[in-house]
Amino acid sequence: MTNAHCTFDLAAGSVRDLNQALHGLDLDKNPRLWRVLNPNGGHAIAVGLDAPVTVEIDGHVGYYCAGMNKSATVLINGNAGVGVAENMISGVVHVRGDASQAAGATAHGGLLVIDGNASARCGISMKGIDIVVKGSIGHMSAFMGQAGTLTVFGDAGEALGDSLYEARLFVRGSVASLGADCVEKEMRDEHKALLHARLEAAGAAGEVDVSEFRRYGSARNLYHFHVDNVDAY
Amino acid sequence: MTTDHKIPRTVPRKSATFDDYTLSEIRRAAATGIYDIRGGGTKRKVPHFDDLLFLGASISRYPLEGYREKCGTNVVLGSRFAKKPIEIKIPITIAGMSFGSLSAQAKEALGRGASAVGTSTTTGDGGMTPEERGHSSKLVYQYLPSRYGMNPDDLRKADAIEVVIGQGAKPGGGGMLLGQKISARVASMRTLPEGIDQRSACRHPDWTGPDDLEIKIQELREITDWEKPIYVKVGAARPYYDTALAVKSGADVVVLDGMQGGTAATQEVFIEHVGIPTLAAIRPAVQALQDLGMHRKVQLIVSGGIRNGADVAKCLALGADAVSIGTAALVALGDNDPALAAEYAELGTVPGAYDDWHEGRDPAGITTQDPVLAARLDPEKAGRRLANYLSVLALEAQTIARACGKSHVHNLEPEDLVSLTIEGAAMARVPLAGTDWIPGRGNY
Amino acid sequence: MCGIVGLFIKNPKMESQLGPLLASMLEVMTGRGPDSAGFAIYGEGREGTVKISLRGQVSTDFSAIAADLEPAAGQDIPLTVRSSHAILEVPAAREAAVRAALAERHPGIMVVGSGQRMEIYKEVGLPADVARRFDLAGMKGTHGIGHTRMATESAVTTAGAHPFSTGPDQCLVHNGSLSNHNVLRRALSREGIGFTTDNDSEVAAGYLTWRMGKGASLKEALVSSLDALDGFFTFVVGTESGFAVLRDPIACKPAVMAETDDYVAFGSEYRALADLPGIAQAKVWEPKPATVYSWERAA
Repeated sequence: MTNAHCTFDLAAGSVRDLNQALHGLDLDKNPRLWRVLNPNGGHAIAVGLDAPVTVEIDGHVGYYCAGMNKSATVLINGNAGVGVAENMISGVVHVRGDASQAAGATAHGGLLVIDGNASARCGISMKGIDIVVKGSIGHMSAFMGQAGTLTVFGDAGEALGDSLYEARLFVRGSVASLGADCVEKEMRDEHKALLHARLEAAGAAGEVDVSEFRRYGSARNLYHFHVDNVDAY
Repeated sequence: MTTDHKIPRTVPRKSATFDDYTLSEIRRAAATGIYDIRGGGTKRKVPHFDDLLFLGASISRYPLEGYREKCGTNVVLGSRFAKKPIEIKIPITIAGMSFGSLSAQAKEALGRGASAVGTSTTTGDGGMTPEERGHSSKLVYQYLPSRYGMNPDDLRKADAIEVVIGQGAKPGGGGMLLGQKISARVASMRTLPEGIDQRSACRHPDWTGPDDLEIKIQELREITDWEKPIYVKVGAARPYYDTALAVKSGADVVVLDGMQGGTAATQEVFIEHVGIPTLAAIRPAVQALQDLGMHRKVQLIVSGGIRNGADVAKCLALGADAVSIGTAALVALGDNDPALAAEYAELGTVPGAYDDWHEGRDPAGITTQDPVLAARLDPEKAGRRLANYLSVLALEAQTIARACGKSHVHNLEPEDLVSLTIEGAAMARVPLAGTDWIPGRGNY
Repeated sequence: MCGIVGLFIKNPKMESQLGPLLASMLEVMTGRGPDSAGFAIYGEGREGTVKISLRGQVSTDFSAIAADLEPAAGQDIPLTVRSSHAILEVPAAREAAVRAALAERHPGIMVVGSGQRMEIYKEVGLPADVARRFDLAGMKGTHGIGHTRMATESAVTTAGAHPFSTGPDQCLVHNGSLSNHNVLRRALSREGIGFTTDNDSEVAAGYLTWRMGKGASLKEALVSSLDALDGFFTFVVGTESGFAVLRDPIACKPAVMAETDDYVAFGSEYRALADLPGIAQAKVWEPKPATVYSWERAA
């Protein structure tokens, strides 16, 4: 096992070469710590990773950074474009700046932490990921959220949790409006414990008081087609 | 006063506008307050391949002898960008149908049958099952708006990736699966509670529009190290523009599904009134490829109502590289079999008309998750039936191609065709039989 | 579908860099729009004078045309020719007469825009080639907007390229796809708005022109477009003093902005902004849906 680390400069090499190098790593021989320079808003950086390595990116990234991540830790010292950590399976993605639309979209697992704000559709179609946003999130977040948790220190935009399934949403600030079938739910001790565990995993346990959060979830009225719900469709 | 002469009455006459089906549908809507949901493709008669005829060899053209004089049928898909394009032995593939809408046994049968003749199957809205990957020698993995079960491991196990924008039965609609078919296994694959009615997105969650599709395709290529062909599938609506945009977004293959294309379940009005016939979609799509200099470089797969080798040959003659079958494949497996007439009667229908697949009570065991019903389908025997049917499609297409003097089915061309009808002539852009007239061109 | 870029210079010392920076932003957006490109640049202007942007062919003898229009202008017409385009300077009071004469005597020459400071250039081809043809990198000014086009439902022609002019010193670029533009085009035509393409973006520009012609401010016109226009859009509108940005309520089409003490920039992707000076320290954000943003130089 090596503790060496490797620097890849995207001003000199291509995203294709970087991703190829990161795929199929032999952890006995190759470095586990990678530093990526000059991302310059490039797309598909560090996608499809499948090993417990750490990739630290210095700068802003474009679309789909860390897409379909498995096991890896990806740190973005900047902003992330559309779909950061989309369809992540496991691992950790940490955006130090802001994230654009569809952050954590359809992701099945892992942890996505955004220190700044996330834009519209944060956690859209989420399928098990835990997302923690320390700023605010945009409209239509957690749309059709099936599983996982979305925790927001700031505010949420319009139509939060529209058409929600079983994902659980915790918001500390204000919610501009709730989407179809999304309702506020009682915040009991077990939910505070769950939230505390999520915050701990995100390294933010001491930063906020879990009692300040409100819980939102599905009213489950849309689980079976019914003519009386026709307005919601 | 005697009245022993009867006054003649007119014969009872039903309305063509308010026919029996329409009357029953109005009653059903009034009783339930919800739209009718069913499976399959359009059942209305629309211009289709039967409108077209081939001009066989005569004095000016010579046919090829069977057997010795070969007529090739192989197709390479994905030559534009993929490191590993796929080669199929016959120009017919199995279209995307989900595990969930179909039983596991049906998916296995499709895999067995397709592999036996050297072609591919396609996953559907539920993701990839081990059975299908195990039994399909070539598997296309669909990438849908719902993203149920999507994961990088299956992406890498696939032979090709099909980004689905829509399908012919419902261009603009998303997947639909009702609670009766959300069994424990299906629920687990889709991360949904068991037994609920699935709502599906109709747009992809993290991209909208060809400019962003281009970036999404780039991401999928990066994840799979540029190995796999990327298909883009659309329902037939604006085939010229959609094909051009798929090419500009970086697709290797365009899959175009006409309104006869089936679905497991959607609103009846969607199936019958949205989307255009397969026949009308092909020439515009091929025109787009030609205008971009990409015909045969980006391959075109056409689906929606392909039933026999003549349909296959006609699609190829109009410029497609291959076709895909869905409904026909299920019929080959045993769907709507007359032998089950008594059970269809219990469901209130007759063989050939059964389309309430969303209810999950299919007596043939194909469009169901009920373990007792699903066990009725023997995947090996059903696989053999499918393989037989696929072979017949290929043989029929070859017979026609040979009769037109072609040593490869791809050498069929529009000039080998004429139309029996004006609509067929206009849509296929071939002359009305016995004339020079192609309606719809210029100011006709 | 498309790429949009915009750059508004706050620091007068940077005005000479407007052209080169905009050219490089346009080129980065080639992937989003390889078919054609166009830009509007707001440079020098003189009170009482209007610059008319004309589009012809590379072979067009613009000098002859300018000479021919002098009677209508009432004086000599200073002319700058760049490839297939030319800028004519005429007294503001004579603009209508000059345009009427042009339409009558040279119907093959299109007016792409006019204004005291605005010049518009657009052509079929890769963005880098288009920028080079018109020497965008040699231009300077206070602000400019640009567009790279991937045609969706209308043809790839020069006329279909953006920006579309919506009035004096005003123009619009659009990323997205409108769904009710045909019915709107017919309604606006009946109101006297002229269209030359089947392009949905031209309809959006025409709608804003119409509303402002009825007395609405640019902001009011943009707000009412949220009701009138159906579909997906990110608009950037150039005005004499600055630019405005609007996203539709669903806001699927991307939009990124960056601001420093020296400039405000817009791009469909962050990549378009990545090479701007000082971008590492810039405030970078995304405009909210259904909200009009605008930046102006004080008069």
